[in-house]
Amino acid sequence: MSSPNGTPTKITQGSQTKGGIGESTLRPDGTLKVTGEFAYSSDMWHEDMLWGQILRSTVAHAEIVSIDTSEALATPGVYAVLTYDDLPTDVKNYGLEIQDTPVLAHGKVRHHGEPVAVVAADHPETARRAAAKIKVDYRELPVITDEASATAPDAILVHENRDDHHAGHVPHPNIVHRQPIVRGDVAQARKRADVIVEGEYTFGMQDQAFLGPESGLAVPEEDGGVHLYIATQWLHSDLRQIAPVLGLPEDKVRMTLSGVGGAFGGREDLSMQIHACLLALRTGKPVKIVYNRFESFFGHVHRHPAKLYYEHGATRDGKLTHMKCRIVLDGGAYASASPAVVGNASSLSVGPYVIDDVDIEAIALYTNNPPCGAMRGFGAVQACFAYEAQMDKLARELGMDPVDFRQLNAMEQGTIMPTGQPVDSPAPVAELLRRVKAMPMPPERQWESSEGADLRELPGGLSNTTHGEGVVRGVGYAVGIKNVGFSEGFDDYSTAKVRMEVVGGEPVVTVHTAMAEVGQGGVTVHAQIARTELGVTQVTIHPANTQVGSAGSTSASRQTYVTGGAVKNACELVREKVLEIGRRKFGTYHPAWDTAELLLEGGKVVTDGGEVLADLVDVLGEDAVEVEEEWRHRPTEPFDLRTGQGNGHVQYSFAAHRAVVEVDTELGLVKVIELACAQDVGKALNPLSVLGQIQGGTTQGLGVAVMEEIIVDPKTAKVKNPSFTDYLIPTILDTPTIPVDVLELADDHAPYGLRGVGEAPTLSSTPAVLAAIRNATGLELNRTPVRPEHLTGTSLSEA
Amino acid sequence: MDFLRPASWEEALAAKAEHPTAVPIAGGTDVMVEINFDHRRPEYLMDLNRIGDLCEWEVGEESVRLGASVPYTKIMENLRAELPGLALASHTVASPQIRNRGGVGGNLGTASPAGDAHPALLAAGAEVEVESVRGVRRIPIDAFYTGVKRNALAPDELIRAVHVKKADGPQQFSKVGTRNAMVIAVCAFGLALHPRTRTVRTGIGSAAPTPVRAKTAEEFLNAALEEGGFWDNGKIITPSVAKQFADLCSAACNPIDDVRGTASYRRHAVGVMARRTLTWTWESYRGARRTTEGAA
Repeated sequence: MSSPNGTPTKITQGSQTKGGIGESTLRPDGTLKVTGEFAYSSDMWHEDMLWGQILRSTVAHAEIVSIDTSEALATPGVYAVLTYDDLPTDVKNYGLEIQDTPVLAHGKVRHHGEPVAVVAADHPETARRAAAKIKVDYRELPVITDEASATAPDAILVHENRDDHHAGHVPHPNIVHRQPIVRGDVAQARKRADVIVEGEYTFGMQDQAFLGPESGLAVPEEDGGVHLYIATQWLHSDLRQIAPVLGLPEDKVRMTLSGVGGAFGGREDLSMQIHACLLALRTGKPVKIVYNRFESFFGHVHRHPAKLYYEHGATRDGKLTHMKCRIVLDGGAYASASPAVVGNASSLSVGPYVIDDVDIEAIALYTNNPPCGAMRGFGAVQACFAYEAQMDKLARELGMDPVDFRQLNAMEQGTIMPTGQPVDSPAPVAELLRRVKAMPMPPERQWESSEGADLRELPGGLSNTTHGEGVVRGVGYAVGIKNVGFSEGFDDYSTAKVRMEVVGGEPVVTVHTAMAEVGQGGVTVHAQIARTELGVTQVTIHPANTQVGSAGSTSASRQTYVTGGAVKNACELVREKVLEIGRRKFGTYHPAWDTAELLLEGGKVVTDGGEVLADLVDVLGEDAVEVEEEWRHRPTEPFDLRTGQGNGHVQYSFAAHRAVVEVDTELGLVKVIELACAQDVGKALNPLSVLGQIQGGTTQGLGVAVMEEIIVDPKTAKVKNPSFTDYLIPTILDTPTIPVDVLELADDHAPYGLRGVGEAPTLSSTPAVLAAIRNATGLELNRTPVRPEHLTGTSLSEA
Repeated sequence: MDFLRPASWEEALAAKAEHPTAVPIAGGTDVMVEINFDHRRPEYLMDLNRIGDLCEWEVGEESVRLGASVPYTKIMENLRAELPGLALASHTVASPQIRNRGGVGGNLGTASPAGDAHPALLAAGAEVEVESVRGVRRIPIDAFYTGVKRNALAPDELIRAVHVKKADGPQQFSKVGTRNAMVIAVCAFGLALHPRTRTVRTGIGSAAPTPVRAKTAEEFLNAALEEGGFWDNGKIITPSVAKQFADLCSAACNPIDDVRGTASYRRHAVGVMARRTLTWTWESYRGARRTTEGAA
């Protein structure tokens, strides 16, 4: 079939300047997005297409007694209704690491909103109404909602007969994965402690709340295959999970990335991909599925809510002696990325501090709560919230300044991680804290103006709840550590295809990768790398698809490092080939062709001394030079299942925040006035994008500090607020000034010395805000997000 | 779903008489949400946007006749002096886009306890002008809210306007939400001083099954102000009086626990807002008195 409307096209970017790395070149899709012309995946359209609709479970845990689709099938306009029994092959489950997720429920549903059946109809409303006519008879089961109910002696197993690779080492089948880390001798070290602080912390369930709910268009192809246009974070990972369920070889499932609004981890797992393909193959027609926001809350995994138990000790002079912690992550009904999140939570649970004696345990549970998986910060966020609260408690016990105390214990290059891995690139933790503390403070009582109180600057804003009454300022600090790239021995490679040729009398480079552009700015950075390496102005970014090798996931702050690295590497190979052609054609005219270091600059071959040897147009002539090559960063190792030892991480990323808040202590309302951030990025390939990442990550951290939480009823495991009416994310009036101080200390192991940027600011933002609120109120506050009732002693129900 | 598009008010009344289940839609900021969420599938939708005078207002001697569809933006921009409480409440409604479309008629029609206009209407004093083919009547705002999302309209009646008493003294409105803009009220409070009648009126939103007045609190305060000669001497209100008033406002609540907040928080917050809005309005009243005396 023909290409649908909204199919992504090549974007060619010129540049008035050199437009290489280090410049803030602008996004090629930026203007399209702000003017509303950019085609998102939900805008795709194909002649004669059908609309798919998913029927989801109305209960969290139940046996399916029967499903009756007859009335739905008889509805005029309905082309297909599929249930588990219609799946075409023996592969009926999928999953990122553990294939435990049914494409459609089989005999049982394990969480509220689980897909049970899919419908294709000629109109979305027809599909919706037909889905509502499917009769599902559920026999409800008790719900497993927390550690106690999951590991009770008589607990129902969320998944019976587990045979995944973690099943053998977990203490209970309702535990997905457990990662202990033991280093040093905590019992001995504890004896040296003059003060010991303990804490029990709770982290709420955060949603990625990305723009552009899940959507895609599956078009059946003449060869019996299917072409899926999809908003995702990793095309090849999707492909690996989709093809076996369809019973198709991977080359018959073509995938093209369509316009993505945002992701933040929420598109790592499959959502409607297989459903759309199944319906397209069944009906022989293109099928589009678009979730609305309500369905989106059920359509992707969330950030793991967590309980964290910490004990730290320190000597009177402020040196940390030991740390014990236990982190319990709620993975919900399906594994998703839980095992990797456990690995991160445990290995980063110490934070960016030196503690030689540690005893750590992290687990993820199987429960009947919504499945949880990847979200920006990935296990490190929850830990940072807890260990930073502990740092403040310790500083208070010791009568020390919280920043001084952190600096005294800060890790640096050469520090050994609790996993035994040395930190072998800059780790300027103390310096980041120093910088963030040194930034000027916003003026006191900043809401006062000559015309009275400026409500926008006060807690409650224009809702007019205070004119200054009850308002107390607080200041808090936090710092965090995040790994960059996939860890624990994962083969975390990327592929880039780079082509150079003369078009219209000018050398043009085309960069083709399967990298999912989800807003991180790869489309800009790839062009910058190509310009730097190949000395051209015009760079064309080919739409991402599966016609080129895998780029890995757009997550773990890894794309600039890994796919950026792959593009750089492919460009270097192209340059060698171009120079080879040059030597062949012109080598005899100038000795420098054989003796000098040669570069491509300004469309020419030049010596490192700046002498021009040839024009690229003349070197290339009619030839095109093309290279497709995989590129890998340094390998990592798995963590030992008993001791947690192993060189598990590729690189670390650090950010520190200072939060300044005003709290209306009577009403429990919070206004974050400023969230200053200092972060080391190694090398800012695009400073404007770096700033955007840091400010965005900071704001997402603020959200989970004071408002963002998916509320799950503990009695029914049903989601109570699946909409933007009651799942609140910060508006611009909630977003403070975010001054940013960027450090560029090169990591010699990484391309251009860069360090992944996207996640670190999400870590420290939340605990900094919490610390500031504690500072203002004097309250303990062991959970996030903080709600007004927690600040006013009114959390308990009156009933 | 049938879509009715009456060209005039008379046609609308006739259509409503013929199809009493028809749901009127003006700005659509409430109705469309319900339809989009499939919470409601009305048999008939009646578009009132062709009836121009619903978007008009008239400032009279005693009150403002506010057309049911006058958007909140217009109230904020044009009626700040006459209806200060309602103008403040309008400012807290959703986003600018919604305020450009939504009006008080929708708030009254939906009669959700969380509607932002209700506390201001209760505090100012208002009558809802409703009409059917049978005739016109005016429902006092105190008698308008009859239950959770229920009002005193008969099935064949439409809301045409609301008559809100012009402010004869300072008015305030406060709303608690868990973010600083674009938020549904966790609870809200409106307060109006009426120096001419030497009374204080209140309105509480989102803290009971319907919007309510804190009548016992009002009576207590009216008596305390009278007894202490406060209206004449313009003294600062005694903290113990303000506290008692706040406690009685809390006691007037009958809130629930839900995802937006706990019952006990709502009760507490209404008390805080009552005390603060009383202080703000009274300070403003005293200020105005001093200015008047100074001029005399």
